[in-house]
This record gives sequence, C-alpha cells and structure tokens, in this order.
Amino acid sequence: MHKGLLGLARGSRAVRGHLYACVAAAVAAGLLVLVQAELLAGVLSGRFTAAVLVPFALVVAARGGLVWVQGLAAARTAAAVKTTLRRRLLSQGGPGERSGAFVTLVGRGLDALDPYLTGYLPAVAVAGVVPIAVLIRLFAADLTTALTVLLTLPLIPVFGALVGWSTRAVTERQWRALTYLGGHFLDVVRGLPTLRAFGRARHQAGVIRQVADAHRAATMRTLRVAFLSSLVLELVASLSLALVAVPVGLRLLSGSLDLTTALLVLLLAPEAYLPLRVMGTRFHAAMEGVAAADQAFALLDAGAPDSGGPMHPPPGVPEIRLEHVTVRYPGRDDAALDDVSLVIAPGERVALVGESGAGKSTLLLLLLGLVTPESGRVLVGGVDLTTADLPAWRRRLAFVPQRPHLFEGTIADNILLGADLPGLLHTATAAAYADEFVQALPAGYDTPLGERGANLSAGQRQRVALARAFCRPSAEVLLLDEPTARLDGRSEAAVIEATRALAEGRTAIVVAHRPAMVALADRVIRLANGKITPTPVGAPS
Amino acid sequence: MIPDLDRGMWRRLGVAALAGAAADLAGLALIASAAWLITRAAQQPELAALSVAIVAVRAFATSRGLFRYGERLAGHDVALRAQAATRERLYEALIPIGPLPRRGADLLSRMVDDTEAVQDLLVRCLLPAVAAAATAAIAVVMAVFLLPMAAALLTVGLAVVGIALPLAAATSARRWSARIAPVRAELAARAADLAHGAVDLAAYGARDRAVEAAMAADARLSTLERGRARLNAAALGLGIVIQGLTVAAVTLIAGRAGLGSVATAVLALTSLVAFEPALPLAAAGERLASVRAALRRLAEIRATPPAIPTSDAQEPPEAPLPPKPHDPKTHDPKAKEHHLKARDLKVEVRDLVVRYAGSPSPALDGVSLTLTPGKRVAIVGPSGAGKSTLLAALMRTVDYESGNITISDETGVSVEAREIAPESVRRAMTGLTQDPYVFQASFRDNLRLAGPDASEDDLAEAVRRARLDAWAERTGWDTQLGEDGTTVSGGQLQRLALARALLYDPPILLLDEPAEALDEPTADALLADLLDATRDHTTLLVTHRLRGLERVDEIVVLEAGRVIQRGTHTDLVEHPGYYRDLWEAEALHRQT
Repeated sequence: MHKGLLGLARGSRAVRGHLYACVAAAVAAGLLVLVQAELLAGVLSGRFTAAVLVPFALVVAARGGLVWVQGLAAARTAAAVKTTLRRRLLSQGGPGERSGAFVTLVGRGLDALDPYLTGYLPAVAVAGVVPIAVLIRLFAADLTTALTVLLTLPLIPVFGALVGWSTRAVTERQWRALTYLGGHFLDVVRGLPTLRAFGRARHQAGVIRQVADAHRAATMRTLRVAFLSSLVLELVASLSLALVAVPVGLRLLSGSLDLTTALLVLLLAPEAYLPLRVMGTRFHAAMEGVAAADQAFALLDAGAPDSGGPMHPPPGVPEIRLEHVTVRYPGRDDAALDDVSLVIAPGERVALVGESGAGKSTLLLLLLGLVTPESGRVLVGGVDLTTADLPAWRRRLAFVPQRPHLFEGTIADNILLGADLPGLLHTATAAAYADEFVQALPAGYDTPLGERGANLSAGQRQRVALARAFCRPSAEVLLLDEPTARLDGRSEAAVIEATRALAEGRTAIVVAHRPAMVALADRVIRLANGKITPTPVGAPS
Repeated sequence: MIPDLDRGMWRRLGVAALAGAAADLAGLALIASAAWLITRAAQQPELAALSVAIVAVRAFATSRGLFRYGERLAGHDVALRAQAATRERLYEALIPIGPLPRRGADLLSRMVDDTEAVQDLLVRCLLPAVAAAATAAIAVVMAVFLLPMAAALLTVGLAVVGIALPLAAATSARRWSARIAPVRAELAARAADLAHGAVDLAAYGARDRAVEAAMAADARLSTLERGRARLNAAALGLGIVIQGLTVAAVTLIAGRAGLGSVATAVLALTSLVAFEPALPLAAAGERLASVRAALRRLAEIRATPPAIPTSDAQEPPEAPLPPKPHDPKTHDPKAKEHHLKARDLKVEVRDLVVRYAGSPSPALDGVSLTLTPGKRVAIVGPSGAGKSTLLAALMRTVDYESGNITISDETGVSVEAREIAPESVRRAMTGLTQDPYVFQASFRDNLRLAGPDASEDDLAEAVRRARLDAWAERTGWDTQLGEDGTTVSGGQLQRLALARALLYDPPILLLDEPAEALDEPTADALLADLLDATRDHTTLLVTHRLRGLERVDEIVVLEAGRVIQRGTHTDLVEHPGYYRDLWEAEALHRQT
C-alpha cells in the first residue's frame, strides 16, 4: 500500500468509510464463493435435494449485490481521494516552470489512481483472505488436497518473483531503448514543421516504419520474458487442478472418498489460486497509479510558499526600503538581485529600466511578497515583509503584470478579479481605455475569455490588466510591468495614458520599456545583472 | 472501425484469436473432463475406463497456459504492427496539413496517445470477444448433446452476459463520456488558470476563489464519475447473478429430465465455466467506447483538408508572365520547377493577401516586396502584424487568397509559386522557421537532416558560420540531444537552426525571429553573427530587434497586415514613426 495514500485514506473519515466498505464487500463476495461451491457440490452429488438450489440462487444474488456495492464504494473512494489530493495540490499552486505537468497531474494524471484504488487494493485484500479461507475448508474436507494446494500455492509468488528477478535485468536493459523508440513518433510529429522546411517530411515516413519495426522487435523480446510470469501463474493454477482431480478420482475409485467432498474439492481448489492471479493482472495498471501518487506527494512535500506573518504596515502610503537584498532562484547560480539597497519615498514615481534578465520583474515580485530574499530585508512602512500579513499587504497594491493571464470566465469576471465593488466595472474599464473594444466584443462584458474563450491582442490584454488595477481605487502602491512586445499604436498610447492616471496620488514602480513610459517617472533606476547602476547622464529624469 | 490491416496482419490476428480461443476452450475442457472423471469414478468402474479422462485432464491443464502464452505474444505482435501502420498513415496525413492551432503540443501528445487505441481495440476488445464466443459456442454444442433444453437456457444466459451487457456498457460509457468531457475540460482550464495565473491571483487575493471554482468543477466531475461507476458495477454484478442462475436452472432441469449424475455434473460445471471468458466483456464494452472516440479523432485528422490545395499544383493556371514564344519549357510547370535549382533567383511578391479561416480581417492585406539576388530585407512590426504569416506564405505552408509570388531565374524564366508543388517552392526558399525543433538524435544527425548528403567539411563549415563550433567541440558531435539527452539552451537552439539553414543553403534564405526568446546580449551576438554569415546571400529576415539592421538593404515595417513604412535604417530613423519609436525604446535599455 502506498504510504502517502494510506495516510490520506486514514486521515479522512469519508475516504476511510468508503475504502472499508469496498474492501469488506470484495472479501465478502470472495467468501460467498465458498458457500456457493458447498451448495453446488451437495446438489450435484445428490446429497442435497434440488430445493437447495433456492439458497444457491440467493447466495448468487448476494454475490452480485456485493460486487455492485464494491463497485460503488470503490468509485466513492477514488472520487474522495482524488478530490482531497486535488484540493491540496490546487491550494498550494503549481510551480511556475513545470506548470504543464502540474495541470496534467491535477486532471488526467490523478485518474491513474482509479485502477489502483478500485481494482488493485480490493484484490490485495481478497488475496489475503480468500485463499486462507479456502485452505481451511479444504483441510476440513480432505487433507491430501489441502496439502497439495498448500504446497503449490506459494509457487505462484515464488515463481513470480523468480521470473520477475531474472527478467528485470533484461527489462532494464531494454527500457531505455524502448522509451526512445516509443518516443520517436511523438518526436517526429513535433518536429514536422522543421522537417517540412528542409524537404525531409516524406523521407521520414519510411524512418517511422523502420523505427516502429525496431520498437516492436524490442518490445516482443521483452514481452516473451515478461509473459513467462503469467505463464507460470496459469500453469501452476491449472496443473494443481490436475494434481487435485486425478488423485481424487483414484481415491473415489477405491471408495476412500465420497462424491460430495470430491466435487467440493474440485470446485474450491481453483478458487485458492484465482485471487492471486487477479492481483497479478491488476498490478501493472496499479503501478501507474503509484507513480501518479508519488508525483502528487512529491509536489505537496515541496511545500507551500511562505504566507508571511501577523504584522501590518502602518496605514497611509508607505515608504519602501530595500536593505542589501539578494534574491536567487532555485537551480540558478547567479543572483537575480544582488545586494540591492533602495529607498522609495511615499508617492514617488520610479521607472525601472535595464536589459531583460536584469532583475526588474524580480523586484516587483519581491514587493508583492511572491519572492523572498535570500539575504537582506524588504521594509514597507518599517515592517519587514517576511513578518507582514501578505494577503492584507497585497490588498494595498495594484499590480499590472507584463503578460496578464486571462482566466476562464467572462471579461467582466476578469476585470473584477478579486474586487469587492462590482459597481466599479464600467468606470475602471473606461479609465483603462478598454471600454471601446470590450463593447465591440460579441457579448460585450459577458464575452467568455480564457483558454477556451476569445483571443485578445497583447494590447487588449494589457488594458484588461489596467482595468483590474483601476478596480482598486484605494491602492497605495502601483506595480506595473510594461510589456516588452510592441503593442499596436492605439493600444500603446492608451496604455501610457491610463498608466499616467493610475499613478496619480500613489507610489508607482513601473518597469518601463518606452521613452514615453519613462517620462512619467520622477526617478529612473537602472538595473544590470541584478545590481543598481548609475543612471547615465542625459537620461530622462 | 477496425483499422485497415493488410493480409499478413489478418493472418497473425487469426493465429492470436485461435490461440486465445484454444486457451479458453482448454479451460472449459479441463473442468468438463475433471467433472466427468470424478463423478464417473464415484460409480467405481474399472480403472481403464478413467484412463482417457486422466490423460485429458493433464493435457488440458498443461495446454491452457501454453495457449494463453501464445495468444498474448501473437496478439501483442499484431497490435504493435497495427499501431505502427496507424502511426505511419497518421504521419502521412499530417504532412500536408498546415500549422496546428495554439496548444498544439497538447494536441500532438493526445494524438499520439490516440494511436494506442488500436492496440486496445485488438488486444483488449476483439481477441477476448472472439475467445468468449468460441467458448460459448462449444459449451452450447456440448449441452445440445446432453440436454437440448439446457442448451437453450445456456444460450440465453451467455447471450445476455456476452452480448447484451457489453453493448449496454458501451452505450452507457459513450453517454457518460459525453457528459463528463466538458466538465473535465473545465477542470483542466481552472487548474491551468491556477498554475499560469498564480501571480495575478496572489496579487489580487483571488486565489481562494479560483480554488473554489476548480473544486466546484471537481465536485461535478465526482458526481458524474460515481454515476458512471454505478452503472458499470451493475453490469458486473448482473453478469455474476445471471451466471449463477443459469447454472442453477440447468442443474434443476437436468435433475427433472432424469439426466444421470455424471452428465448433470459435466453440464452444470461446463455451464459455470463457459461464462468465465464472457464476464470481462462488459469492461471491454466500456473500453470500446473510448477506443471508438480515439479512432474517430484520428479519422477526423486524416480527413482534414491540406493547407495548400493539391489541385493547384496539378492544374496550373495560365502563367502570369507571357512566356517566351520560342522556349517550349515555359509551357510546362514541371520543367520550370527544374529552374528553381538555379542559384540566382529573384522573388517578387505583389499585393499578397492571406486570410485565416474564420478570421474577418486578413492577416496580410496587400503586401508587396522584391528580393533580387544578393539583397537582404528585414521585416519588423508589432506582434500580430503578419510577419510570420508572410514567411509561411512564401514557404507555402499557408495559402494566399490573392496576389502573386513570382520566382524567376536570371534567364527570365518565371513561375508562379501556386503553379508548382509546395515542396519545390521550399527548395528555392526556406530556412529558420518560427519553431525550430531539436530531435532526439545526435547533434550531427540533428544538423544533417538539412543536408543528408553533406560532407563532414560542409557540416563543420555551417556550424562555424553559425558560431556554434565552440559549443559543438565542447558537447561532442555524437552527443544525444532532445528530450532525454543533453539540454540545448535557447541560444544554442537558434544557432543550431541557423546552422541547418546555412547547411541547406537555399537560393533564398528565410529567417523567422532568429533571436526570439534570447536574452539581450545573446540576441545581439546572434544577429551580428547572422548578418556576417548571410552577406551577399538573398535573405528575408523577420526580427523584433533593430540593432544591426543598418547592414540590410531594405527594412519593411508591417502593421495589421499592411506595409506602413519601408526604407533603409538611416531613412527610417530620420522620420518620426513606428521604427524610430522602437529604435529609441531599444536604446533606452542600453548603456552604451
């Protein structure tokens, strides 16, 4: 059992209940097979009358019902586990770099848990209980058969392990080759535009065939060995039946055994092996679930970002002070910000300039509390940001990112993101010079945006983000990251005009790329390689 | 819906099906002979009367496992062959289809996964169904000989479990999938919002609300998935009940009909085991629904019309320029294609209009430009202005609505790009495309795809001109690149793509944003190297960086699909306008 999943199932009362119900139903259904065999053997041997077929039918009906209950409880278990994991993963948020993998995991990835929870886990429970119950019944009925089964039963795991052990070397050797060959098709399809550009697209069709043939040959070599383990399972199970049936027949001949027992033994013996075989066949699919669970728990263990402390910077537009701040992103040697000290007075308008990668956007993220310094302090109104109540601090900011994300929902939802006053929608949109294009959209403010919605140009996205900022009329600090991509002429003038209005009466820190934007500032700060450098003479100030 | 298999594959599939049926039949025969052996032995006949049964029990016990092993190997072999054939056909269908829409990467992975449906169809649906049908048929035939009434009952029971339940499962799975798919898509979109919009959400304190929106989608998904599971579990439970009731009924009427104990036991146990291969078919039916959906998606891709209508190349319109009367070659576009191998080609673009399907305004709206041999032209403009569309139209991966692209050689023979195959146009002009790709192959092979017959010296020369030689020495020519290999940084990737373009050495070199996604010093260095490498080579360069453009012969500024400015760097910087604004903005960030 997967440790993380077990902990999760134990921790939640709902999950625990469904899981126990599922396992109990599976085990009960497995045990009813014993009763069913008992009754059928009795009827067929003539010990019981045909009237016993009525309880037999009832037992069968009960088994059917239990299988249904097991299916229901399993689905509930899986749904509850997935919901719990999803909530934890989503609340923690995806890591920026591997966000694609995160989205896949939260969606389809977690579905790989289904075969593990609904198929494999109950099978393990059944395999742990039913063979022992069958053995006990066999010991009570016929010692010789019971011993035969007892001695052959361990052959299944032993041979399984042996075959698995001897195939591991082969499989591991093949694994890299198999992954490469299996990935080749995706590789070629992804690179098709490149192949097309150099007239190699048609040629590659033949290569695909060759690689696929090589892949098949390699896979079959692996499978020939891998299927040996199921061959052993199958052989042990059916040969044991022969080992039981033939001596039983001979003992019947000599009269040392009665027919009821003989038939019971014949019906029960395969049931001792069946649960192990079922468990084996479900193992492979279950391992994908384990991999998904590992991935999910690894993400969760990586931990949530720091949520700050209890402190509140004093009310009013605060002074912003950076003291010897160094920021380093994980996995990077060079610092994004390197020993930066800086004071921004309340109400001051500052333009940040510098080449891309100089640390301009990092400085904004630092003030948002989304990046924490490796050393040094960020003080807002005299309060260290690492001790400040970050959600409360962020409510005092208006932030316009360089590439605003458009969320699933209407354009009105997108503008009112996190706003408490829906009444501001129209004034804010107008202030951001966005009302004209919003009204021109097919459904106006109700036009759906996001991944499955309308496409806005870079300039329009930027104006939606400005409208978001205008929805915070009481914000004390404006943080704006101007897009580097050139906007079309209309958008550009509108963005600069709206920024001028937005910066009015607050501290404004603007990452600027255009002279017109720099002209809005009281002071220009130039960054290079994570350090502040002196502003050259002649720069606008 | 079964993929078109060739004769050899049908034969292999037949072998697999036979082996599978034999395995299940051996299981049936094992139980039947064991039941006969035991009940007959209870009548205490001579030992000789049992000897055949004893041998049979042992033989069936051994052969069942071996047949199953054979079925698995043969089945997987044919499934892998069918999958390979499906992939090859899919690839061939993709070649003429133009660029994929945004989120193309997801689409591609999905598509590649879909080709695995063929394996599922054969191994998990078709072969088990054939084996179950064979087992059922033999069991019913046996029952006919023992007791025809029992055979009728058994037929009904098996038909319900082996046919009705799987069909019902397939239908219900299809219905539930149709309801689940949009909820799943919504959950994915909400999760993507949380991942990609994390900064926006944090800044506006909207994270909790976004999590709740995602969890609301999750709740709806859970409800639907539980509903689907309820039906599937019912199919499974129902199968078991029908199996048991059939066995009970068969035993009952055997007793009433006065069948002997041996025959009754054989009949009852045969009936019991005859259901075993049929029971899993309900799950196979459920799987069939998703297999069909995947195969339908693949069929849709194969039915997608090509980006460039093929009929154009086959039935050329009249040549736009009057052909020289005494030159018979000019009447034959095929012969004119031959001329595109000439080095000194001239390309004339006149009033080019390109419109993407479903878009009201054209992406290119009457663009004209001329590339004479040796001339270098740069295209600049805001994002979405149509720069990349122009290159795609020249490379014939996107069709044009009106206007001309005329290619002519120094002898005056000219051809309209539409008249000839897109591949031929790309032999004349191609280069660094917008999305260069590193294949999972050695560095050498990654380069060589642009020049399969190139000598080692040619390769080294291209690498040197792209200033990739130091990196190549350090990394090694035979080092594996791509997903599982050595990582290639953005700058090296662009240089590799440039080296490919230089190795291919088309008469007209097209370069689409070669400095895209690079940090500024790297981008400046690359552009400088590139301008060195393409001196005196007919080149069309799309760029968003202006540094170094004083070295090209003409700069064309595009906005909203139209040419708004054109001239040399010196001309453009002198006059107010887009180019000068951009130049000043770029200068702002430079200290030097």
